[in-house]
Amino acid sequence: MYVSASQEATPTLAAALTRRGFLQAGLAAGGALVVGFQLPLAQSAQPEKPGFAPNAFIRIDVHGKVTLIMPQVEMGQGIYTAIAMILAEELDADFSQVALEAAPPNDKLYGNPIFGIQVTGNSNSVRSFWLPLRKAAAGARAVLVQAAAQQWKVEPDGIRTENGQAIYDADARRIDYGALVDRARELTPPKDPQLKDVKDFKLIGNPLKRMDTPDKVNGKTVYGIDVMPPGVKFATLAACPVFGGTVERVDDAKARALPGVRQVIVLKDFVAVVGDHMWAAKQGLAALNITWNEGSNSAISSDDVWKKLRAASDKEGAVANSVGDAAKALTQGDKLEAAYEMPFLAHATMEPMNCTVHVTPTSCEVWVGSQVLSRVQATAARVTGLPLDKVTTHNLLIGGGFGRRLEVDMVDSAVQIAQQVDGPVKVVWTREEDIQHDLYRPVYRDALSATVANGRIVAWKHRITGSSVIARWLPPAFQKGIDIDAIDSAADIPYDIPNLRVEYVRAEPPAVPTGFWRGVGPNNNVFAIESFMDELAKKSNKDPVNFRRDMLDKSPRLKAALELAAVKAGWGNPLPARTGRGIALQVAFGSFIATVAEAEVDASGEVRVHRLVSAVDTGIVVNPDTVVAQLQGGLIFGLTAALYGKITIAKGRVQQSNFNDYRMLRINETPQIEVHLIKSGEAPGGIGETGATAAPPALGNAIFAATGIRLRRLPIDRDVLSGKKPS
Amino acid sequence: MVSLQINGEVRTVDAPPDMPLLWVLRDILGLTGTKFGCGIAQCGACTVHVNGAPVRSCLLPIGSVGDRAVTTIEGIGASAVGARVQKAWLDLEVVQCGYCQSGQIMSATALLNSTAHPEDSDIDAAMAGNICRCGTYVRIRAAIKHAAQT
Repeated sequence: MYVSASQEATPTLAAALTRRGFLQAGLAAGGALVVGFQLPLAQSAQPEKPGFAPNAFIRIDVHGKVTLIMPQVEMGQGIYTAIAMILAEELDADFSQVALEAAPPNDKLYGNPIFGIQVTGNSNSVRSFWLPLRKAAAGARAVLVQAAAQQWKVEPDGIRTENGQAIYDADARRIDYGALVDRARELTPPKDPQLKDVKDFKLIGNPLKRMDTPDKVNGKTVYGIDVMPPGVKFATLAACPVFGGTVERVDDAKARALPGVRQVIVLKDFVAVVGDHMWAAKQGLAALNITWNEGSNSAISSDDVWKKLRAASDKEGAVANSVGDAAKALTQGDKLEAAYEMPFLAHATMEPMNCTVHVTPTSCEVWVGSQVLSRVQATAARVTGLPLDKVTTHNLLIGGGFGRRLEVDMVDSAVQIAQQVDGPVKVVWTREEDIQHDLYRPVYRDALSATVANGRIVAWKHRITGSSVIARWLPPAFQKGIDIDAIDSAADIPYDIPNLRVEYVRAEPPAVPTGFWRGVGPNNNVFAIESFMDELAKKSNKDPVNFRRDMLDKSPRLKAALELAAVKAGWGNPLPARTGRGIALQVAFGSFIATVAEAEVDASGEVRVHRLVSAVDTGIVVNPDTVVAQLQGGLIFGLTAALYGKITIAKGRVQQSNFNDYRMLRINETPQIEVHLIKSGEAPGGIGETGATAAPPALGNAIFAATGIRLRRLPIDRDVLSGKKPS
Repeated sequence: MVSLQINGEVRTVDAPPDMPLLWVLRDILGLTGTKFGCGIAQCGACTVHVNGAPVRSCLLPIGSVGDRAVTTIEGIGASAVGARVQKAWLDLEVVQCGYCQSGQIMSATALLNSTAHPEDSDIDAAMAGNICRCGTYVRIRAAIKHAAQT
C-alpha cells in the first residue's frame, strides 16, 4: 500500500504556532531557531485537508545542536539514524550535533488531519520524510546563510555551508550555526528552497552507525518492560482462554496466601494478580482457581475457520483492478487454476506485551513502547474518564514491533488494573498470554486462474479472501468493499498481462481477532502470485526466470533486480540431488526486489535452506547498512513463517503457547544471506516489511525445484514432502 | 534473606529461595538489562553467567546459586572478552530492536571464553538457544568471528 503523495510543505517559522502547541511540542526552550513542516502521515486513503499544519519540527539552538522532533518511533529499524542523515545532509549540519526526539502524543500537531493517527508502520517513515524534511532543512539552511550574509554584510551567494558552519571563502570567514540562530529566527525561510543535487550528497548513501545501538549492548537501554517508577508494583494477567469469554468466578484463597502477592483483581474478561515482583504475580496467577464463562466461541476450531473462508472464497468479490476482458480470455486457451492458503500467525515480539500505568483521581501516567502513541493516550483517557490533557504518556524503545504495537489492547487492560492499584503498576504478560491473546495475521485464501499462450500469460484472475484489518483499524479507509492493504502488490501486479481481474472478498474469521503483521498484505499476495507464476512457467515449459523476465518490459527496475539476483545466485548452475533454487519477485512499499532461495529437502521432508540472495532496488539508499540489515532480518522473519509459523484453534482457544510450540528460526538453521543493492536515483522506497514477503515464495519455489512437489499452503508440510501425505 | 554475588558485589535480597534469579535481578535489584522472553528457557533472553557458564536465569532459583559469581550484561564489559564482544557487536552493527542482545552477548562471551576461535559448528551449538526475532543471526555469527580475531 502506498502512502498519499507528499504534501507541498512550506517551511514556516514556528512563531506562527500557538503558544499552547509550542509547549506541547516541547519547543518552548528560548533562543532557538525552529522550523516546522508537515509530513503526510501514513495510511491516508484520501487526500488530506487543505491548509498547513506543521507536525514535525527542526530546532537549532545557540550551541548549534540540531534536534528533530517527529512522530515516528525507533523499533530497531534504524529510522532515527536514517532520518537524522537526511536532515544533516540537506542542512549541512554537523552529524554529531543532530539528535532526534520522539514527539509527545498530540493529534493536532502530529496526527493525520483526517484520522488523527500518529503511527509508525507500513515501511513509510523514510518515504514520508524524504521531501518534506529535505525542504524544511534546506529552508533552515537558507535562513542561516541569510543571517550570515547580514552579519558579514556580504551577498548570500558567496556563502557556502559545511559541517554546521557558514563559510565565506573570499576571506575565509567561518561561523557556527549556533551563533547565527538569534539573527536567523527573525527571518522567513524561502517557499521553495533549492535542494541538493543527488550527486552532491555526502552523508546519504554512506553506511553510518546507528544512534540507538551503544546502549543496547550494555543493558542500559530502557524498553517499556524496564521502566521502574518509584514504588512500582508488578502484575500479570490471564484473559479468558476462549476468545470473547468472561470471568464467571475466582477462588483466590491460595493466591492471597502467597508471600509477595498484594492484590487479586477480577475484571469482566480477565484476572490480574499484583505483587511485589513478577515472580509473586506469576505464582499468584497460577494459584488462582478461575471459572470462565466461555461464551459462544467455545466450539470454534481451525476446521470451522477454513470452511468459512473457503465458502466465502467461492463468492464474487469487489473488483480491485480490471484490465481488458479477463472473463472472456479465461475461456480460451490453456488454463491453470490453483488456490493458496495462509495460516494465522502471532507476532511473538521478543519483548512480551507490557504497559506501566499510574492512575490517581485526577491523572493518569502511562509508560509503554508503542507504534501509536496518540491511541495510547486516547485509550487511557477513555478507560479512566479523564480528559486527554490529564493523561501523560512516555514512549519507550520497542523490543520488536512487527505490527503488534500498532494495537493498544495491552494499554486498555493495564489501565483497568491500575485503576484498582494504589501507586504505579507494571503489567507484564507471560509469553503464553502474549501468544494466545494476540491480534493475528489473518488466514487468507487466494484463488488464481490464468491462461497461457506462447509462453506468456493471456488472462489472469486473482481473488483474495480474508479478514480486513483496515476495516477495524482505520474504518474510513475501507471503501467500496476494498481493503487497500489486502490487495497491495496484487492489484498492481508488475507483469505485463493483457487481461486481468483482481477481486477482494472480506471474510472475518469466527472469534479470532486479526491485526497487521510484518509484510502485511503483500506477504499473502506475493506468496500466491509468485508460486502461481512458477506453476505457469512449468505449464509453459519455460525456465522460471525467463518466464518472468519476458513479461517485465513495463517494469525495468524489477527486471534489473531479477537479472542481478539470477546472476548472483548462479541461476542454472547444477545442484546436488534434492536441492533446488526458487525465485520470487515483488514490488511492494516502493521497493523492487528479486530473491533466490536455495534449499535441500531430505527424505524425511525436512527442509534445509542453504542460501538466500536478494537484489534490491529501493531507490536512493539513505543508510545502506540499515537496508541490508532490514533485508537480512526480514528474510529470516519470512523463513520462520514459511518453515514453522502456524496458529491453530481448538475449542475457541489458540493451541500454541510459547517458543516450544510456536517455533522461531534459530542461528543453526540460518542460511547464508546475500543482499545486493542496486544504485538508483529514484525516491527512497520502504524496506522494513519487504524481506518477510520475499522469503516464503522463493523457498516454496526452491522446494518445488528440489522435489517436484508444489506446496500451496504455509507453513510447509513435511509429511507431504516425505510422501506420508498426498500433496 | 539470600546473599548473591552479582557483578563483583555481594547483594542481599529479601526473596524466597525458589524465586528465579531473573526476577530478583530485574524487579528487586533493578538490573533490567537481563530480559524476560519466555520463562521456560526456550529463548535465551535471560542468559547470565554463573561462574562463567551461560545459564538461563528465568529457571534458576536463587537458593541454588550459593556463593557462585553471577555476571550480567551490566557487568560483562568489565572482562576483556566481554568488552571485545560488545565492541564487535557495535563494529558490525548487529543490533536491531536489541531486546535479545543482552542474552546473545552473554552466550557469545561464554563461547569465546571456552573456545577462543570457534568454528561455525561451535557457534551453532553455543548460540542456538538464543532467539532473535529481528533475525540478526547473520551478523551475530560474523561478530563472534570478528571478536575472536581482535
